[in-house]
Amino acid sequence: MPAPISGCYVSAQPADAIRRARHFVLLYKEETERLLSSQPQGISPDLALVTGLKSGDQGAMAQLYDRYSSVVYAVALRVLGDTGAAEDVLQEVFLQLWRKPSAFDAARGSLGSWLAVITRNRAIDSLRKRRPETDIEDVVLSVAPDLAGDAERSRAAEKVRGVMGAMSPAQRSALEMAYWQGMSHTEIADKTGEPLGTVKTRIRAGLIALRKAFQT
Amino acid sequence: MTGHEQYADDLALYALNALQADHRARIAAHLAGCGSCRLELEQLRGDTALLALSTTGPRPPQRARQRLLDAIAREPRVPKIVQTEPRHSWWGYLRLAATVAVTVFAFTLWKENSVLKATLSNAQSQSARSARELEELRRIAAPIIAPEAQHVTLVSPKTPPQPQGKAFYLRNRGSLVFLANNMPPLPPQKAYELWLIPTTGAPIPAGVFKPDAHGSASVVNPPLPPGVEAKAFAITVENEAGSATPTMPIVMMGAGE
Repeated sequence: MPAPISGCYVSAQPADAIRRARHFVLLYKEETERLLSSQPQGISPDLALVTGLKSGDQGAMAQLYDRYSSVVYAVALRVLGDTGAAEDVLQEVFLQLWRKPSAFDAARGSLGSWLAVITRNRAIDSLRKRRPETDIEDVVLSVAPDLAGDAERSRAAEKVRGVMGAMSPAQRSALEMAYWQGMSHTEIADKTGEPLGTVKTRIRAGLIALRKAFQT
Repeated sequence: MTGHEQYADDLALYALNALQADHRARIAAHLAGCGSCRLELEQLRGDTALLALSTTGPRPPQRARQRLLDAIAREPRVPKIVQTEPRHSWWGYLRLAATVAVTVFAFTLWKENSVLKATLSNAQSQSARSARELEELRRIAAPIIAPEAQHVTLVSPKTPPQPQGKAFYLRNRGSLVFLANNMPPLPPQKAYELWLIPTTGAPIPAGVFKPDAHGSASVVNPPLPPGVEAKAFAITVENEAGSATPTMPIVMMGAGE
């Protein structure tokens, strides 16, 4: 607590907080405007389509489905291994987007990446027969590469497979068990007989390795 | 991420929804107050997105598309104000936090201002009261201790003036006022010293003084320990600097009344 001066607490913190908040809001608006203005003419950008969802544009929903349903379905099928269950998750994810389009934060990453994360989480919840643990509005992520197009996603997938292939079998296995099977680190440790700390470190190191591959 | 390395591994598990409920709640509580860990979590979720996008498979069946479009057509779309920003993004939380901080700060200032006003008012009235009391005391004490005051000792016409001292002592405050008249002149470099004679223990020095040309002198509030009961007061002749113990003989002495 700051020292009282002439009987009142003098602190620069609230003023700084307001300045920082304004600064961030301005940055956010600038970034949004930049994203909007940088889209090629004649192509419906994700952000414009998401804006369309906010006003109830069903055509925008159809376009977004056509762009991302293959990604969403592939992720759900990989987790669940069952086409019917994967189709249910696909339906649920796009309905969530329809109901809460403002949950997607365009300033933080691509829509495809965000949908992939949402889908994986929903699929794991379904696999483990548990209630959804995370609201889609709480899923905020930061992705450097632009993965909106099929070509970009294909190149990214190739790079990810290369990084995974370069990992030790134990690390790759820990990461895949956690990611695709939704196993907790305790369950992985029980299954592999490895210490809990080792499993945790391997999972994080694996994710960081992926990040580094896309930073170079 | 800097400074919170102890959370690093757990954040990766949090991003994967791979923590037990209680552990997850602890990390969530930390995230609520830690911007750097939130940023790291966003990065880790981005990393998991890369992993998800690496998978490929068949396209969904055609019926799935129609199923979705039928579903959204049936969804009641309640018109509402379009939000220009994500409701629950961290930016939103930041703005909310700033608003709350400003409100709390303003309320704190208002409350503190009220307390300060009351304190100031009390201090002003107390100061005025003290000033009045001080003025009254000065008015009483002035004829006694002011150098220019006329000191007259009244005695029987046939009795020559005698040295006389009067001590006013308030034990619980250790406060003493001593007034003397008709004191004989002192030898050079000598002074009178007043002694407090306690009921038990050695005499305590109670001030050194020299009488003026008329033999008058006063000692006001010499440093004394509080609470000492005085059996008597005495005066000796000492060096000008004073002494820690009285030098005989005692030239004047009086017991308490």
